[in-house]
Amino acid sequence: MKNIHKSPWLLHYDGSSCNGCDIEVLACTTPVYDVERFGVVNTGNPMHADIFLITGGINSQNEDVVKQIYEQMPGPKVVVAVGTCACTGGIFKECYNIKGGVDTVIPVDIYVPGCAARPESIIDGVVKAVALFQEKHDKKKRKERAAKS
Amino acid sequence: MPKRSIVPFGPQHPVLPEPIHLDLVLEDELVIEAIPSIGYVHRGLESLVAKKDFNEMVYVTERICGICSFMHGMGYCSAVEQIMNVQIPRRAEFLRTIWAEMSRIHSHLLWLGLLADAFGFEALFMQSWRLREKILDMFEIATGGRVIFSVNKIGGVLKDMPAEMLSNFVAVLDGMEKELRETTQTFLDDYTVKSRLVGVGILTEEDAIRRGAVGPMMRASGIEVDMRKTGYAAYDEIDFQVITSKECDSFARCKVRIAELFQSIEIIRQAVSKIPDTEISVPVKGFPNGEAYVRLEQPRGEAFYYVRANGSKFVDRMRVRTPTFANIPALMQVLQGCQFGDVPLLILTIDPCISCTER
Amino acid sequence: MEEIQKNIYKIEQVELFPVIMEKKNDMWRLVQICCSFVEGNYEVTYSFATGYEISNYRLIVGKEESVPSISRVYKSAILYENEMRELFGLNVEFIKVDYHDKLYRINEETPFLKKEDR
Repeated sequence: MKNIHKSPWLLHYDGSSCNGCDIEVLACTTPVYDVERFGVVNTGNPMHADIFLITGGINSQNEDVVKQIYEQMPGPKVVVAVGTCACTGGIFKECYNIKGGVDTVIPVDIYVPGCAARPESIIDGVVKAVALFQEKHDKKKRKERAAKS
Repeated sequence: MPKRSIVPFGPQHPVLPEPIHLDLVLEDELVIEAIPSIGYVHRGLESLVAKKDFNEMVYVTERICGICSFMHGMGYCSAVEQIMNVQIPRRAEFLRTIWAEMSRIHSHLLWLGLLADAFGFEALFMQSWRLREKILDMFEIATGGRVIFSVNKIGGVLKDMPAEMLSNFVAVLDGMEKELRETTQTFLDDYTVKSRLVGVGILTEEDAIRRGAVGPMMRASGIEVDMRKTGYAAYDEIDFQVITSKECDSFARCKVRIAELFQSIEIIRQAVSKIPDTEISVPVKGFPNGEAYVRLEQPRGEAFYYVRANGSKFVDRMRVRTPTFANIPALMQVLQGCQFGDVPLLILTIDPCISCTER
Repeated sequence: MEEIQKNIYKIEQVELFPVIMEKKNDMWRLVQICCSFVEGNYEVTYSFATGYEISNYRLIVGKEESVPSISRVYKSAILYENEMRELFGLNVEFIKVDYHDKLYRINEETPFLKKEDR
């Protein structure tokens, strides 16, 4: 089983983004950019997902939704913040209803900058997330083995 | 006596790229009433006028929505230009027209793809999005950006497209038109598509007016209104017919949008052949003082911009009424009496753009 | 009724319903309702359109006054009126579907008024 790599599933949620990063994430799953060639697949169900792609900043209403989706995902999990708004709040940081980037609510592993983030950088972020997911998974397995023996 | 139940729908749902929440009151499988609750994407960007000056606001308005980003910038800029009495050069108006029509093609193709995805026609989804990439490539060649490209400024545009580039674009569009015919023919002829769309989600002409529907939603109910006919930008020099349909159902909305794709290509051709060789921007001095409103035809329908300025660097009030905001009451009407299974599809037929709606 | 700018008419509160009923009977559609806060007063602008024509009717409302809802005549006014009330704190009476300031569910109260005006 050592040579088998995980094929993590992606979940995409739109925080309060302007749609720009959103449609770029979707464009990444279509044949021109095809992020699925790296062994990931897009899903709509948080309970199936391993990698959480989130676009847009956090506002008072979606805060709980994001937290809930994060908790519903099985561990280990990787969070990718796509776009400047998801990283820091971006241009909307000063708006009354924006709390800031995604890391104000859940831990973020990978930040993808850009307004809107380009498909190339999204792919880069996903590839890094796949590697990190494998790493987290191996670590978990080692821990389990150590606990057994 | 059928049993009544309330089913929450959204905000995170596989068919919705964006979060919206509906409370559906069901009687068995039939939807009796739908109550929308919005606010998942509300940022409050209209209030940024107090923090960013009127030039910086162009970049904020472009980020109201990433799909019709260009036209939001254009609407805000033309409202401020109207207040300041600035006449922008003719070439800039033509360039804005060309970019606006390219945005419309990209937006309608995006919608066709999502629609196909909603009824489970994956191949058609991929085809539509493949064609859409060609438009995005053109944006990238001309401006450097793919979805948000910030070429508007108060007093004109920031980048020019040389004649050679324009003729190349027309050549690409000519090739694309053929492929588009093949792809859209599937939407119009395939029986599986028809079985999901024909006769579903009727919005009568009277309801469309009473509920204030706009854009393709309204035109698919037989109302001949297209803000482009008011002749803003360079549309006064362009010859085109308003596309309508009398059938009032989801299929009619699909047909109207498909016809508008070809119409947009034709408008770009005309604009390229008529574009004059002038400057692309004029210098603008001073601060705006006064108020103005502008109506534009976006891919999703009529958008309304209102700007009130007080002669200082900061604008007093900026209001955007986006097309989806106007279409939500019509959606509620359409959802009444539909099957529960059709709800995701019907939400898509208004071409919802939630980040526009909630700003 | 007085025309203050092209297609923008200033009306009094008593004129509101006659104007709206007239528009409704002539099959005009509601384009938008815009609220702004200018020099201590609310300015509410109702825009109606038919074909390519547009008319805007402006109502000046004092800070403590209220306006009646038009949502029983124009159902699509619900969202605009709830929005005005939540973001500006303008008291709109008898909205048909009342969200009770929970349309956007924001934490801040009336964010569109400056702090000193609240």
